[in-house]
Amino acid sequence: MEELDGEPTVTLIPGVNSKKNQMYFDWGPGEMLVCETSFNKKEKSEMVPSCPFIYIIRKDVDVYSQILRKLFNESHGIFLGLQRIDEELTGKSRKSQLVRVSKNYRSVIRACMEEMHQVAIAAKDPANGRQFSSQVSILSAMELIWNLCEILFIEVAPAGPLLLHLLDWVRLHVCEVDSLSADVLGSENPSKHDSFWNLVTILVLQGRLDEARQMLSKEADASPASAGICRIMGDLMRTMPILSPGNTQTLTELELKWQHWHEECERYLQDSTFATSPHLESLLKIMLGDEAALLEQKELLSNWYHFLVTRLLYSNPTVKPIDLHYYAQSSLDLFLGGESSPEPLDNILLAAFEFDIHQVIKECSIALSNWWFVAHLTDLLDHCKLLQSHNLYFGSNMREFLLLEYASGLFAHPSLWQLGVDYFDYCPELGRVSLELHIERIPLNTEQKALKVLRICEQRQMTEQVRSICKILAMKAVRNNRLGSALSWSIRAKDAAFATLVSDRFLRDYCERGCFSDLDLIDNLGPAMMLSDRLTFLGKYREFHRMYGEKRFADAASLLLSLMTSRIAPRSFWMTLLTDALPLLEQKQDDDIETTKVEMLRLSLARNLARAIIREGSLEGS
Amino acid sequence: MEEIYAKFVSQKISKTRWRPLPPGSLQTAETFATGSWDNEENYISLWSIGDFGNLDSDGGFEGDHQLLCDIRHHGDVMDLQFFDQERIVAASSTGCVTVFLHHPNNQTLSVNQQWTTAHYHTGPGSPSYSSAPCTGVVCNNPEIVTVGEDGRINLFRADHKEAVRTIDNADSSTLHAVTFLRTPEILTVNSIGQLKIWDFRQQGNEPSQILSLTGDRVPLHCVDRHPNQQHVVATGGQDGMLSIWDVRQGTMPVSLLKAHEAEMWEVHFHPSNPEHLFTCSEDGSLWHWDASTDVPEKSSLFHQGRSSTFLSHSISNQANVHQSVISSWLSTDPAKDRIEITSLLPSRSLSVNTLDVLGPCLVCGTDAEAIYVTRHLFS
Repeated sequence: MEELDGEPTVTLIPGVNSKKNQMYFDWGPGEMLVCETSFNKKEKSEMVPSCPFIYIIRKDVDVYSQILRKLFNESHGIFLGLQRIDEELTGKSRKSQLVRVSKNYRSVIRACMEEMHQVAIAAKDPANGRQFSSQVSILSAMELIWNLCEILFIEVAPAGPLLLHLLDWVRLHVCEVDSLSADVLGSENPSKHDSFWNLVTILVLQGRLDEARQMLSKEADASPASAGICRIMGDLMRTMPILSPGNTQTLTELELKWQHWHEECERYLQDSTFATSPHLESLLKIMLGDEAALLEQKELLSNWYHFLVTRLLYSNPTVKPIDLHYYAQSSLDLFLGGESSPEPLDNILLAAFEFDIHQVIKECSIALSNWWFVAHLTDLLDHCKLLQSHNLYFGSNMREFLLLEYASGLFAHPSLWQLGVDYFDYCPELGRVSLELHIERIPLNTEQKALKVLRICEQRQMTEQVRSICKILAMKAVRNNRLGSALSWSIRAKDAAFATLVSDRFLRDYCERGCFSDLDLIDNLGPAMMLSDRLTFLGKYREFHRMYGEKRFADAASLLLSLMTSRIAPRSFWMTLLTDALPLLEQKQDDDIETTKVEMLRLSLARNLARAIIREGSLEGS
Repeated sequence: MEEIYAKFVSQKISKTRWRPLPPGSLQTAETFATGSWDNEENYISLWSIGDFGNLDSDGGFEGDHQLLCDIRHHGDVMDLQFFDQERIVAASSTGCVTVFLHHPNNQTLSVNQQWTTAHYHTGPGSPSYSSAPCTGVVCNNPEIVTVGEDGRINLFRADHKEAVRTIDNADSSTLHAVTFLRTPEILTVNSIGQLKIWDFRQQGNEPSQILSLTGDRVPLHCVDRHPNQQHVVATGGQDGMLSIWDVRQGTMPVSLLKAHEAEMWEVHFHPSNPEHLFTCSEDGSLWHWDASTDVPEKSSLFHQGRSSTFLSHSISNQANVHQSVISSWLSTDPAKDRIEITSLLPSRSLSVNTLDVLGPCLVCGTDAEAIYVTRHLFS
């Protein structure tokens, strides 16, 4: 069994005194009901509990966030597109498609972050503002993790390009550089700005050597004394060998060149060329990959993974993916220096560097309150064929488990259930049965909503659910005396039994009132009449009345006769039919009707005789 | 069709309508209203696509639609209509009909008038009162006609507290939509596939005419009248079929066109170019039907990025149609007239519940919580 990963969090229910009275709770699909009972632990129980409320407790509040809803809706579209990617595609084209999907997901997260950031700034209530800001940092962490997973697992960058991707990753997420740069460049005398050297340093730390060179040239212009060494430093920066995307040089070539350059930098250090400028000297040490020098810049680096990437850039730019985790672990330890312990985010990133996908997903599941992130990421990684069929003990694999959890969470929301349907569709083992259970429990307060639910069921051949929903709606309609609606629902469900029930209602109404209600319906049944015998009888019987009203007695009589002989008339209606026959029997018309009349008489006499015999028989027998 | 802007708005959109332009105005549509459904709190919102300072090179407006103001609405918004420039009528799933008033000075909406028990199954007087959703509303200043799941038709007048006229049990099934034919006449469609014409000048509770399809009684969900020819009406059904009717001729439709794969929620003739028709459906698509007679001249090679098909009219029971009818929707010659159909949304999404057209602008709303707007419908 799973072990507890930490102490469970305690949530206090306002108004409930759990020390005094016992609480009652019950689980729902995504929520919990809690109330206070009147059972007292120690003293005599009171008559009523002191707290009169029933509480609904939701763990997943994200589903109710207005801004995150956009994330759910947009990613739903991306998810569907991913499922429909041609399975035949292999190799490069498939990989590029998967990378594109990953970038789409990330851009959706970023858009959400942007919007939430705007809302956080504009929030009038500081508590609200803080809440939004913490949401922004959670989203930012999510994007950070996703981006790293994209580089390591989906893009599967080899040694060489790997470092370039990691540099991009760091540059995207440590973005104070841009505001700092704007500050410094915007000032009158950039090189005399307080943060000038900070800016240059961080540009070097991020491997943005061209920009660093431009900064240095400003310094060279401003103070001619250091122009010489600035120029030398600038040359060093310019000549650092780096793999550019279109470059055709091999990794070995790059390593050799880089080794030469590294040695050149070493020489400058030995010669104390930059001794006159401590700033430039520390830059040189950074470019030599000196750990102590890097650690001095902890504040500018701001986190251990930046430290890691910078360290790799200047000590082992052709690092292989499998060696990453050595550097990662040591970078984390060095950066934290034993002062603080790693946070959940740090552990997740470390697991990613160790290529332990399952650990990444497990840690994310624990750290995040909503299944959105792990469900979509796992699904994407599954499409990259990276997850072994890691069977969980209740039979479905991890991808399916996470998607089921996510979709169930959507179904707990009054509006987002429609998204959940598509997620269930792509869970091959338990998706359909989960959908069947969930969809029957959606409250249907209007016909339009019912129609949408029915359409979903019909598209998936869920005939049981269609029948049960139509039956519920038809019963409601009958109770509200909307017999036309009731019939329309029975036709949709092809429910002959219910159609019979509706027809019986009509016939009963006729018997009580002597006339038909809802003639617009009965007169216009069309082919629906064939759905049930009773319905056919109703239609034909009304037709008989119409013919009689139009004085087409011949037709009316033969229709009545066929109604009597065809056995679709309910027993209770026999007297009515015979009574209807009486005026026709009185008519003095042509020969056709004479034959019909004779037939009717014969029939009714025979029936009467049969009934008489039965009655006699039963009387004698008793 | 070029730019179509999509915006996710965190609510499922059930209805959207352009604000009508003042008569004789040369402006293009700028403001539209939307109603949401299926939320714990539903809203009526007003949006603007007007200029926000971003004019592009040829003077057109850029950027997507911005929220002007919104107001809480009880129940799902089942239908929405602009009564005049400032007033919006909304039909609710609680059976209530509300008139909202827009105040342009401070950009707010307020409730102007409300008929809370417009539609019900058992009346307000009885102990087991149960309301019924109001499914359709149509306005013709100063009159408002509403229909509902209770099969009832109400005629309201703005600023009158009670209904001017109510036809109880007008239909034994649900009335899905209503439209005006000529002013004292309305046309309703119901869930057993019938069109009924009601004349308010007559006193009785019977329709003056009933039309229906001969085949299966497929429920009809939407109806729209041709802007110029008041006897031509288009309906959309639960099977996605588009039918064109001539109410003067017989009781059966003039054309039956197989269209969508699921319920057709709205059908609209373009108000100023009635040779163009628009439909949207539960299957997630929005179609533009172009029946203008110069279609064969248009080259089919220039439709990049759009999926368009040519469909020839399929006609049933043409026996009684006069040859003098000029509308191409009622044409009898299948060889000559072809309708070009274009799908306007870039990709299939969840159900497109609603659409509206005004001039070159189209707006639609979906269950994927997105609103799409285009300002260049005919380019």
